[in-house]
Amino acid sequence: MGRIIKVSGPVVVAEGMRGSMMYEVVRVGEERLMGEIIELEGDRATIQVYEETAGVKPGERVEGTGAQLSVELGPGILKQMYDGVQRPLEVIRSETGVFIKRGVDVPSLDRSKKWSFTPLVKKGEEVEAGDFIGEVPETELINHRVMVPPGVRGEIVEIADAGEYTVEDTIAVVKTPEGERELKLMHRWPVRAARPFREKLPPQEPLLSGQRIIDTFFPVAKGGTASIPGPFGAGKTVMGHQLAKWCDADVFIYIGCGERGNEMTEVLEEFPHLEDPKTGKPLMERTVLIANTSNMPVAARDASVYTGITLGEYYRDMGYSVALMADSTSRWAEAMREISGRLEEMPGEEGYPAYLASRLANFYERAGKVVTLGRDSRIGSLTVVGAVSPPGGDFSEPVTQNTLRITKVFWALDASLADRRHFPAINWLRSYSLYLDDISRWWEEEIGRGWLELRNRAMALLQKEAELQEIVQLVGPDALPEKERVVLEGARIIREDFLQQNAFHDVDTYCSARKQYLMLKVMLEFYELASDAVANGARAKDIAELEVRDDIARLKYVPEQEFEKAVEEVRKKMKTQINALLASQEVS
Amino acid sequence: MPAGIALREYTSVTEVSGPLMVVEGVEGVGYGELVEIETPDGEKRRGQVLEAHLGKAVVQVFEGTRGIDTSSTKVRFTGETVKLGVSMDMLGRIFDGTGKPIDKGPEIIPEDELDIHGYPINPASRQFPRDFIQTGISTIDGMNTLVRGQKLPIFSGSGLPHNELAAQIARQARVLGEEEEFAVVFGAMGITYEEASFFMKDFERTGALEKVTAFLNLADDPAIERILTPRMALTAAEYFAYEQDMHVLVILTDMTNYCESLREIAAARGEVPGRRGYPGYMYTDLATIYERAGRVSGAKGSITQMPILTMPDDDITHPIPDLTGYITEGQIVLSRELFRKGIYPPVDVLPSLSRLMKGGIGEGRTREDHANVSDQLYSAYAEGRDLRDLVAVVGEEALTDKDKKYLEFADRFEREFVTQGRDEDRDIERTLEIGWDLLSLLPERELKRIKDEYIKKYHPKYRG
Ligand SMILES: Nc1ncnc2c1ncn2[C@@H]1O[C@H](COP(=O)(O)OP(=O)(O)OP(=O)(O)O)[C@@H](O)[C@H]1O
Repeated sequence: MGRIIKVSGPVVVAEGMRGSMMYEVVRVGEERLMGEIIELEGDRATIQVYEETAGVKPGERVEGTGAQLSVELGPGILKQMYDGVQRPLEVIRSETGVFIKRGVDVPSLDRSKKWSFTPLVKKGEEVEAGDFIGEVPETELINHRVMVPPGVRGEIVEIADAGEYTVEDTIAVVKTPEGERELKLMHRWPVRAARPFREKLPPQEPLLSGQRIIDTFFPVAKGGTASIPGPFGAGKTVMGHQLAKWCDADVFIYIGCGERGNEMTEVLEEFPHLEDPKTGKPLMERTVLIANTSNMPVAARDASVYTGITLGEYYRDMGYSVALMADSTSRWAEAMREISGRLEEMPGEEGYPAYLASRLANFYERAGKVVTLGRDSRIGSLTVVGAVSPPGGDFSEPVTQNTLRITKVFWALDASLADRRHFPAINWLRSYSLYLDDISRWWEEEIGRGWLELRNRAMALLQKEAELQEIVQLVGPDALPEKERVVLEGARIIREDFLQQNAFHDVDTYCSARKQYLMLKVMLEFYELASDAVANGARAKDIAELEVRDDIARLKYVPEQEFEKAVEEVRKKMKTQINALLASQEVS
Repeated sequence: MPAGIALREYTSVTEVSGPLMVVEGVEGVGYGELVEIETPDGEKRRGQVLEAHLGKAVVQVFEGTRGIDTSSTKVRFTGETVKLGVSMDMLGRIFDGTGKPIDKGPEIIPEDELDIHGYPINPASRQFPRDFIQTGISTIDGMNTLVRGQKLPIFSGSGLPHNELAAQIARQARVLGEEEEFAVVFGAMGITYEEASFFMKDFERTGALEKVTAFLNLADDPAIERILTPRMALTAAEYFAYEQDMHVLVILTDMTNYCESLREIAAARGEVPGRRGYPGYMYTDLATIYERAGRVSGAKGSITQMPILTMPDDDITHPIPDLTGYITEGQIVLSRELFRKGIYPPVDVLPSLSRLMKGGIGEGRTREDHANVSDQLYSAYAEGRDLRDLVAVVGEEALTDKDKKYLEFADRFEREFVTQGRDEDRDIERTLEIGWDLLSLLPERELKRIKDEYIKKYHPKYRG
């Protein structure tokens, strides 16, 4: 037991701490605030405190708990909103009301709730870490697999019958070389340690988001990493919410790290009423929220990202595909900077600690498509998307730069697009995805032939437009020859009618892969026809005014069921109208 | 708190630098606690513990350290955090930046003493804000709608009419279908006497004064005191909203001065500075102010915040507007260019945004076509502005007829939609009507963001 000698904001220094370990959770002061040791020197420990420290006095005591910062893993995680150290906010609310007060000590998983457990192994069976010993229907969407925890192997000497159990009831006993181990529905895991798996595999399947610019242009793979940097108001949060709503992961973990309270509330209010497009079940059934809002204690931001990613790994280990959004990693980095400043560490670039890069790398490294532990060689994946909030929207700052070095997909948000209400405001010239080649096979096999070529042609058109725009800015549109004006028209269709997607429109909010493919295909066909027509003497201006242009623009609003038919009609119409245009030209 | 511990008085100030002083030989001093100081000539000041060590405390002095010495200055640690005594009698009253009455009225007899730092609202107890506030300003109501419980700042520049706009909003704001007016809590940080009295006179002129509580820290008041002022204002607001069921509009001006004070303290502490010398924790600090807006379940009242800040050099990427924009739910941006053209209110809608707009508008709230009209006005105006830039380079001859329509649209948009009188209270119907009139300048096929059925119903051509 130690004694506080200094309090400065979220950082407390205590002496008499010999025997403590790094990252041990401690209880600080009379109110027993939760903290974590982040530096040890002789008998002196520096502690980051996860609660407000006002009123804490030097001389008060610090008590070790002997455990590292851990999460509780077991049924009951889904549908929850936790704070950064996995305390359920709804339970805190029932204890302290509207505001979060200090010193609340509540368990992460409900101790009294009974879960219906079905065993999957028999007495006498040999099991090893990762093997399923039973299952619990956790929500309407997710079957919770109860696994032998990492580090345990041996013979099942007892297994509970099917029935109702709490997370603390013993459901199995395993005879291990070190003696008998009781297994419960729940176990603990230290958040700063990655959960083990057998092998990493290359990500090759897309994480479909229903967002055209992502799926078709800059896709992320299941088990991959992506970053979405952008100035304020450019659309990070909306994109995060869109992913949480529509991406085809089995489980979604949304970490609100140092962001607005209302953004979490919005998810809580909305998700129970939204249907998963795959199953028709409420989206909340697969969602976990971690909320450490901007006005909550800074140190807990650090904990929140680790808590989130550990929960993600746990569901990955069950063989699920998990997607995680951290909004915003910049606030986490700032928390590191603040704590580091109080520790008087040597500052690196812009005051961030020198270990910023390695912390970020370790975090994203926990993403992946893996063969999990367990003898059935199942595959699970954890996709990680990090929002970045660069000061002044300047991407050259350290957090953005270090993130770009690690993540394989870059969705570059752009204030000028957002200002003109081009949403999603992802700049198509700056963004990239390194998964394109790996996942193109999936598209070609599952959705349609020639997908990659289509996508690349559309991209080339947009590139060409950018070059032409520069000329237009200098000399005006009149100076362009007809065949280049039709390029502008073609690119405009891609930009306005394909890339722009309204998150708040009933139909447009989600676009299936098949619909994306057909849309792009028909748009490029139109462009081909238009180019040919221009080569045969038609004017780009008249093509832009064809009525079928309106039908193309409306395609995104056509519901999935009616879509194939609508595309066919557009295809017919555009041929007739362009032919008519050419015919009228010949007459005149 | 036992009285023996609560009153610990020392004369052991060993160091004074900038707004900070160091007191040694102290015992049992808590982080963040309120300190009372008496200078050698008997002047009383207040401070707060920034760092608590065994036997030593670093204290920031709100009213400045001038006259504090290292021999006879008395320092008393109160064992409490900074508190504000609150009561309904605060309505209609004026206080200084630290919560002392300055309007010659009686002392407030508090019904409760509240910690001015408040507590974070549990996200699980928030209710998502959705009630449309009609401000009577077209650029706001029509295109950047404010809702009850939102935090929506005005990003301005020095010399622009942000005060006029804020006062007009305070005057006109109402929730349709409800009688009740907003109570206004006004927090001034480092603004001039004229600016402050502009607001007070305006409240008086319109008879709103009895619904206003003002906390004034003026330009010649101590700078460090500004750290307290917004927190005083919000503590009063929370009391009105969550304990007295009132709807409160909080105006905080000028947040830029507040941030300067933060920077001053950080510099005095020798902290490693973040961008442009502002402390690295400025985001968090500002969040503890702005996040105190909202609606919560179980309380009838709400807090809507409208902070005002002047962007140094009109630069929206400066850390003060930048960090604010990352926290608030949008921003109303004033433009010097529009102001020079004589346009009031000079709101530039393109960089302006209300993130909570979508939940507050539409059928049953404003009108079914509202979102579509707003989207269309945005894209048409953006197009017109782009063309304006192009014309500056290549001349108007190069434009097509359609382009010329967009140019005309942009001009008339600024003159008819953006421009309005300082007392002109336009209802939402009128705002949308002006919007439609302007949109009808464009060929109907250009109105791609509006559903056909709304065009048929609201387009002037079909309305006859
Ligand atoms: N896909 C979209 N469809 C329609 N509107 C959008 C879309 N994306 C963003 N917006 C608009 O942009 C606004 C700002 O987006 P958002 O809140 O996601 O910004 P942000 O980048 O998260 O900002 P911050 O970093 O400050 O949190 C939204 O409120 C919405 O009006």
